Amino acid sequence: MASQEIALPATRISSTSFIDRLHGLVVTVDHKKLGLMYIGTAIGFMSFAGLMALGIRLQLAVPNNTLLAPDVFNRFFTMHGTSMVFLVGMALVSGFGNYLVPLMIGTRDMAFPRLNAFGYWMYLFGGLLLYFSYLGAPGLSGHGSAPDVGWFAYAPLTGAAFSRGHSTDYWILSLLLTSIGSTVSAINVIATAVSLRCKGMTLMRMPLFVWLMIVVNFMILLALPALSAAQIMLLIDRYLGGHFFDTQAGGSAVIWQHFFWIFGHPEVYILIIPAFACVSEIVPVFSRKPIFGYPVMVGATVMIGLISTSVWAHHMFSVGMTSVGNIFFAISTFTVAVPTGIKIFNWLGTMYGGRIRFDLPMLFCIAFLFQFLIAGLTGMMLGVAPLNWQLTDSYFVVAHFHYTLVGGFLFGVFAGFYYWYPKAVGRLLDRRLGLWHFWLLVIGFHVTFDTMHFPGLLGMPRRIFTYDAGRGWDTLNFVTTIGALIQAVGILCFVINIVRSARKGKLAGNDPWDAWTLEWTTSSPPPEYNFASAPVVRSRRPLWDLKHPEDPDWKYE
Amino acid sequence: MAHSMINDVYMPITPETSDGKLPSTRNAAIAPEATEWKLPSSRKVAIICLILTETGLFSIFVAGYVFYLGKSLTGPTPRDVLELPILSTIFLLSSSVTIVLAERAFNRNRVGLFKLFWLATIVLAGLFLTMTATEWRTLIYQKGLTISTNLFGTTFYSLVGLHASHVIVGMCLLLLVFILSLRGFVTMMHHERLKMISWYWHFVDAVWIVVFTVVYVIGR
Repeated sequence: MASQEIALPATRISSTSFIDRLHGLVVTVDHKKLGLMYIGTAIGFMSFAGLMALGIRLQLAVPNNTLLAPDVFNRFFTMHGTSMVFLVGMALVSGFGNYLVPLMIGTRDMAFPRLNAFGYWMYLFGGLLLYFSYLGAPGLSGHGSAPDVGWFAYAPLTGAAFSRGHSTDYWILSLLLTSIGSTVSAINVIATAVSLRCKGMTLMRMPLFVWLMIVVNFMILLALPALSAAQIMLLIDRYLGGHFFDTQAGGSAVIWQHFFWIFGHPEVYILIIPAFACVSEIVPVFSRKPIFGYPVMVGATVMIGLISTSVWAHHMFSVGMTSVGNIFFAISTFTVAVPTGIKIFNWLGTMYGGRIRFDLPMLFCIAFLFQFLIAGLTGMMLGVAPLNWQLTDSYFVVAHFHYTLVGGFLFGVFAGFYYWYPKAVGRLLDRRLGLWHFWLLVIGFHVTFDTMHFPGLLGMPRRIFTYDAGRGWDTLNFVTTIGALIQAVGILCFVINIVRSARKGKLAGNDPWDAWTLEWTTSSPPPEYNFASAPVVRSRRPLWDLKHPEDPDWKYE
Repeated sequence: MAHSMINDVYMPITPETSDGKLPSTRNAAIAPEATEWKLPSSRKVAIICLILTETGLFSIFVAGYVFYLGKSLTGPTPRDVLELPILSTIFLLSSSVTIVLAERAFNRNRVGLFKLFWLATIVLAGLFLTMTATEWRTLIYQKGLTISTNLFGTTFYSLVGLHASHVIVGMCLLLLVFILSLRGFVTMMHHERLKMISWYWHFVDAVWIVVFTVVYVIGR
């Protein structure tokens, strides 16, 4: 017990001034600080993007509404989508990966700490540049404001003739910067996980979280260059008079869609797999059972990674591909359901017969399972090419991908928040506020996004700033907006909780959940050096072995 | 040795897990493990990842070039204006050989020879860039092909320019090492870093083989 008391105060006492602490953040190369900076910045951008979503919903609550002007509405959905994908989703992937991978594999820091800091600052300034567009984009010509071409910025809308001013340039350049950040962060995580594992941690003894992070980061390395390349081409078009996407000079607008979705579809798996990673760590601990089918989980993840590179054109069924193209991309899309289904069954298999503890992380995981399943099923509906012709660019699509990204990604990440917050801060998140957060979010989520499918089925297109009364969309849209407001209150509970519990929460101790992976051996928050001496592991659950020497895992693995 | 390591990492966490378990019981449960634990070098993993992602970048530009072959609405076409850059290809490919020779000399601790071959690599890269510049000059001023002339111009200058910019980055790295080695700062402990630079250089050369084949052989 004495060692615990010695370890704790070292990082706890902070009599330094605000400027000193700020300076510490600016010059730090510590993976834990950078991880938390990624996550904190992501929450900041999430609030902006979330407020924009609320604006969009308020505008659509009643027909013929004039709350937002059409051009403001276009900027809002563009900034909302771009921020949520690149500044929130990707940053949470980097943040969780940065904070947890070195701790889980029992090492002191990332393989390249300075590169790590560089990646964060590229991300931060990329994000700030995107938002600076509100001020900077009009430039000297006085046209434009924030980007308004949608998050996938289809050509030829982005051409110099159609997008005047600098709004699209801000979209391109800020995303190029954040892409550089994501790329170096991905290289770093892979190098760390491959080269710095502690003694005894073979590949098949790595926590599933680390495995999934390796796969995700490989996907980032393969997918992001497609976006960067397309954006560089667009810059050449806009500034050097190139013709890549200039249909009047023989260029093709469809090839932008191909390039974008070659990146864009793996991207949605890049976002969802970290949620899988959190769930794969949390479900076993709160079911009191080792994960069911570890090798199959690894295989299924790698399969998702591979298949996801060959499904992109299911976003483009309506551009008029050949029937061979349609059939190929429909079939490959269905194939993704196989490994994904395997994962869902394995989580259920882990819970089956377990002694389930319904703590907050587990509640979010259970909601994740149900919601992600439904999201997957509507995804299958959209993968059927003929049905897709009917549903494409309707609110059904919007409902589907928000179901995956909010109901799947965000719930998985929230589970991770409640699970690892005590490790990062040293105090538990308040359970009562957490339950408010959970139930408000679940109810708000379903009111919003279950309802949203129906205006889509009734033919309401996405990205319209208003609609006429009497089309059968009125009540549905109003209910959707109510749900969004309930969600906003839920998220507010969460933000209050993380701020309040940092000071007033119950002390967590090293291992509040009685968990099994290495990050729980060190103090909460961990000291700068993470581990007093290099750990040695003999199985997938090193802490189980230490807590139960009479029945260790390594005898059976 | 293994015992003490295990005990160090294990800080008693909760009373119910640490009570009643005597240290001797714990130690008895630990199986002897092989002492060898070797993982790949993180530098190598990182440079392979970088090359992977750069390959993705070039693939999209090559795909764009191939997709737009013959789709230009106006001239000039590749057949009209391009000539096989045999000499510059020889320069660039032989720089891959000289960098290997430089590395070999370095590993045998023959510093003079290392500097000579390293400089030769830089000179060959410089010659390659000079020839590319001359080619572009001819194309722009005499044959009237700029990046905005037609689709061929757009895709040609983008792809070849992307490659040339990688050659320039590589040349900067090579120059940096050369200057440091002149001042005596490059020692045996840097041998892996030199190897990484040479891997990157081989990658740039390999990309040139693809660009050469696609642009000057198939596309002409």
